[in-house]
Amino acid sequence: MWYFKNALTRKNLMALTGLFLSFFLIIHLVGNLQLLLPAKEAQLQYNWYSELLSGSWFIKIVSYGLYASILIHAVDAFYLSQKSRMLSGQYAKDRRNRASSWYARHMMLLGLIIFAFLVIHFKDFWYPYKFGEIGLDADGQKDLYSLVVVAFQDWWYVILYAVAILALGFHLIHGVFSATRSLGLYSPFYTKMVKGVSLVFGIILSLGYLIIPIYLFINN
Amino acid sequence: MKIHLNVWRQKHKDSKGAIVKYSLNEVAPEMSFLEMLDMLNLKLAKKGERPIEFDHDCREGICGQCGLMINGIAHGPLKNTTTCQLHMRSFKDGDTIYIEPFKAKAFPVIRDLKVDRSAFDAIIAAGGYVSVNTGQAPEANSVMVTHDEAESAFDSAACIGCGACVATCKNASAALFTSAKISHLAKLPQGKKESEQRTVNMVNRMENLEFGHCTNTEACEVECPQEISVLNIARMNFEYNKAKL
Amino acid sequence: MAKTIKANIPAGELNQKWASYKAQAKLVSPNNRKKLEVIVVGTGLAGASAAASLAEMGYNVKSFCFQDSPRRAHSVAAQGGVNAMKNYQNDGDSIYRMFIDTLKGGDFRSREANTYRLAECSASLIDQAVAQGVPFGREYSGYLKNRSFGGVQVSRTFYARGQTGQQLLLGAYQALMRQTETGKIKLYSRHEMLDLVLIDGKAKGIIARHLDTGKIERHGAHLVVLATGGFGKIYYLSTLAMGCNASAIWRAHKKGAYMANPSWTQIHPTSLPQSGPYQSKLTLMSESLRNDGRIWVPKAKNDQRSPNQIPENERDYYLERKYPSFGNLAPRDIASRSAKEQIDAGKGVGTLQNAVYLDFAHAIAEYGKDVIEQRYGNLFTMYQKITGINAYEEPMKISPSAHFSMGGLWVDYDLMTTIPGLFAIGESNFSDHGANRLGANSLLQACVDGYYIAPYTIQNYLADEINTPKTNINHPAFEEAELNARQQLQQFVNCKGSKTAEEFHKELGKILYDKCGLSRSESGLKQAINTIQQLRDEFNENLLVPGDVEDINSELEKAGRVYDYMELAELMCKDALSRDESCGAHFREEYQTEDGEALRNDQDYAYTSAWEWTGNPSEPLLNKEELVFEFVKPIQRSYK
Repeated sequence: MWYFKNALTRKNLMALTGLFLSFFLIIHLVGNLQLLLPAKEAQLQYNWYSELLSGSWFIKIVSYGLYASILIHAVDAFYLSQKSRMLSGQYAKDRRNRASSWYARHMMLLGLIIFAFLVIHFKDFWYPYKFGEIGLDADGQKDLYSLVVVAFQDWWYVILYAVAILALGFHLIHGVFSATRSLGLYSPFYTKMVKGVSLVFGIILSLGYLIIPIYLFINN
Repeated sequence: MKIHLNVWRQKHKDSKGAIVKYSLNEVAPEMSFLEMLDMLNLKLAKKGERPIEFDHDCREGICGQCGLMINGIAHGPLKNTTTCQLHMRSFKDGDTIYIEPFKAKAFPVIRDLKVDRSAFDAIIAAGGYVSVNTGQAPEANSVMVTHDEAESAFDSAACIGCGACVATCKNASAALFTSAKISHLAKLPQGKKESEQRTVNMVNRMENLEFGHCTNTEACEVECPQEISVLNIARMNFEYNKAKL
Repeated sequence: MAKTIKANIPAGELNQKWASYKAQAKLVSPNNRKKLEVIVVGTGLAGASAAASLAEMGYNVKSFCFQDSPRRAHSVAAQGGVNAMKNYQNDGDSIYRMFIDTLKGGDFRSREANTYRLAECSASLIDQAVAQGVPFGREYSGYLKNRSFGGVQVSRTFYARGQTGQQLLLGAYQALMRQTETGKIKLYSRHEMLDLVLIDGKAKGIIARHLDTGKIERHGAHLVVLATGGFGKIYYLSTLAMGCNASAIWRAHKKGAYMANPSWTQIHPTSLPQSGPYQSKLTLMSESLRNDGRIWVPKAKNDQRSPNQIPENERDYYLERKYPSFGNLAPRDIASRSAKEQIDAGKGVGTLQNAVYLDFAHAIAEYGKDVIEQRYGNLFTMYQKITGINAYEEPMKISPSAHFSMGGLWVDYDLMTTIPGLFAIGESNFSDHGANRLGANSLLQACVDGYYIAPYTIQNYLADEINTPKTNINHPAFEEAELNARQQLQQFVNCKGSKTAEEFHKELGKILYDKCGLSRSESGLKQAINTIQQLRDEFNENLLVPGDVEDINSELEKAGRVYDYMELAELMCKDALSRDESCGAHFREEYQTEDGEALRNDQDYAYTSAWEWTGNPSEPLLNKEELVFEFVKPIQRSYK
């Protein structure tokens, strides 16, 4: 398994899984934007979309890829950061932080927040939809829409979401660009461009994901 | 001017170190930082105490032997400046300055502010060269290197091996040091030929010497006295992946 | 009894000598090479290149340096460039021209054959360095670029921005590290040589101290190569690194190797002036700055105006005035002495009035700031870091500073000292530069000695050693040397006086600067000898070294180095005193022409002084090597 051989290959793995997850986030957001449609329409369309996804064998395979990516990304990150923590020095006075942005230094913390959020997210939506008792809508489809809408009635739940999404945003701003570096993009021009793209990507995605719970909270 | 110093003192590699406080009253702004330490050491010696051991040699910013964490920053507050080139005019009367060695598992402290950076030599030994023997090299102008290629290679080759990148990195990664050599040689036609072999060997050596991983925070570039670019690290990753794929 | 010594120069035409040497040199077969061991002390350009070359040939090399890594040797600090006869510029260069330039630059006090060999081997060095990946300056087309340098009228200097020494050294260092990986080189960094060990009159090993632990070690070999650099640091304030020292060569001298021309020290014209009593070193600004900078002082004494307020007609561009054909590119000894003249005449500038101006205003006006920045950007930045002054807007202040030791261990054509089996290469020997070294020739000499000469001559020596078994480090000679070294260190620690080695060093340096520096006089030198002897006595009684011998102890390291300087300093003065002429960097006030130029005396002093240790530092014995000028007739040096 040369992929686990050293920090470079492990970082490659993190970059590849990270980029794959980032790509998934776009698709996921596009799907979720259906929640912003007028309530009646949204309910039927969103539930139809959910059933479509869960019924497709192609999506099934992709979703296993996703689960694997999340696990590999998290385990590798945990392994590398623990290892590095033991290798780096501690200073009585430490101002090393002046040389880099805090989110770049705290990817592990941001990642942990995102991971914790994912657990809640899976527990509240994915698990009931797949294995739990769930009502049906007018078309006889599993009514995920109502589950979501009800969940976002609580203000604390919206705040929990917002915090996680913000963490995700910063994680993406550094993560996407860092991934391209780890994979070996070294042209000065393109690296500069990628830096801009990651910034825009992180902002747009987190805004997109933020609007939904806020919209649902206000509208109900 | 008056300066208060909090200096890391440690007897041996395995002993526990601690911060010890000193004060100096007659520091001149034109003094270099190391001359200020010389002054302190003279004072200590006269009192019969052990002077503070610290690394230094050329005192003109090129040998790479000096290197201190000054107020928690590698080589102190001035950008792109080695410790020896830092002058006391960068501080104010009454300032308290923390002085600590570069710390990382791969850089064990020898005594006080002196650290063992032989791990860097070991990385170079793993492949940081063009495998050419002395004596029968071809005519220099038979290998054409454009002005821009040469300048770019120089930018990477300018590394002085001081270790500020490792000390600054939250992961104690030697990626900047290692990659600077890899890309210096990969950028030149003479060195390109064995780039893959070189990169794989150097990266593996770096791993074995207990340096951490690179998370692209880019802090190393900011504190590097020679302004070595982090794009060298990306180049290293590229060369490595190219070798493996 | 003083002896006349011979340099073993091969017979024949000048341009055939080295070729015939190589053709006749003895060889060692590959399977015998692996049985032979070589010690190389020093990992600068000369040491690293020799160690790498010998290891590539198959010898087992032990490489020593006191720095924490071989890459930090002071060759790293050379800025301007390296000379080589490639004639890429097609401006009339040739090996003979380069030889004449070097010989003339050295004021006809070097050996013809050695100097010619230096020029002859120069071209291959560039090939070698390029192959190693040294990023020399290039034209846009991809061809190598040159710049001009002091003392010559062609452009033959190759450079890598202002860090040529660093890049060349990294090339040699990498070659060295490559051999450590193969196991052919065993690297001993943070080791300082304390003594040379002779068995049956031959150099067979060294005593070294591991500086991190204080442990004293014995190392044996079939021969020893010293590549320990120059000792300009004896002046305390110098352009050298803090750790540069004379100890290795001085201790070899005390074991029988002759010291040649020890007083010939190049005082570099373009270093930064001293700013206060705490100063520990003077930073060099590359001589290449003189290509575009113009040197001047105010015409009036004690002119307190800021330089930009002094109008053109009140400035004295004294180098251009005195030496119209070379102007600001006059050789170093002349440029330095002229600066000292101006400073002594009360025209010095800066707070301590110890500097002259180096002005780029004209160059910036002519070529634009961009071009100047591209050429010297890092030097300007460095200047600003140290002085806080922006040299694009205000002239730099520069002053002369001790720099390069033309003198060193006497070596023959093989670069072997008077001790069989002890070689000295690079700046640690005296060989190629005569009484003054031309700019960009020191990197060249170090590399040529290490890459191209030592591998042949050392092999020639080793060919007779193939049946000699490995050196036994339990031999009584090792016992004795180790004991002596240990006792000396213990004495330093036991002295428990009140002055640190550094304080003694500063005093010694001041004496040398004043009396045995840019200009020397009989009375001054005699006075200096006296003062040095007193200082040495005080050193022996009043030295303060905190800490222990068997421990890391930088004060102890300094004490050993200063102890040796104390003895060497006296020899330098004696050497300067014995030479009743002026030549190159050796300027005796009594011997000058009417317009203040050096007055050489070829009749009586066309020889190399090779001093022999007699056991008493105050009574060295002078031996002479006559300099025979077979091919060139020495002329009066003129740069007017």
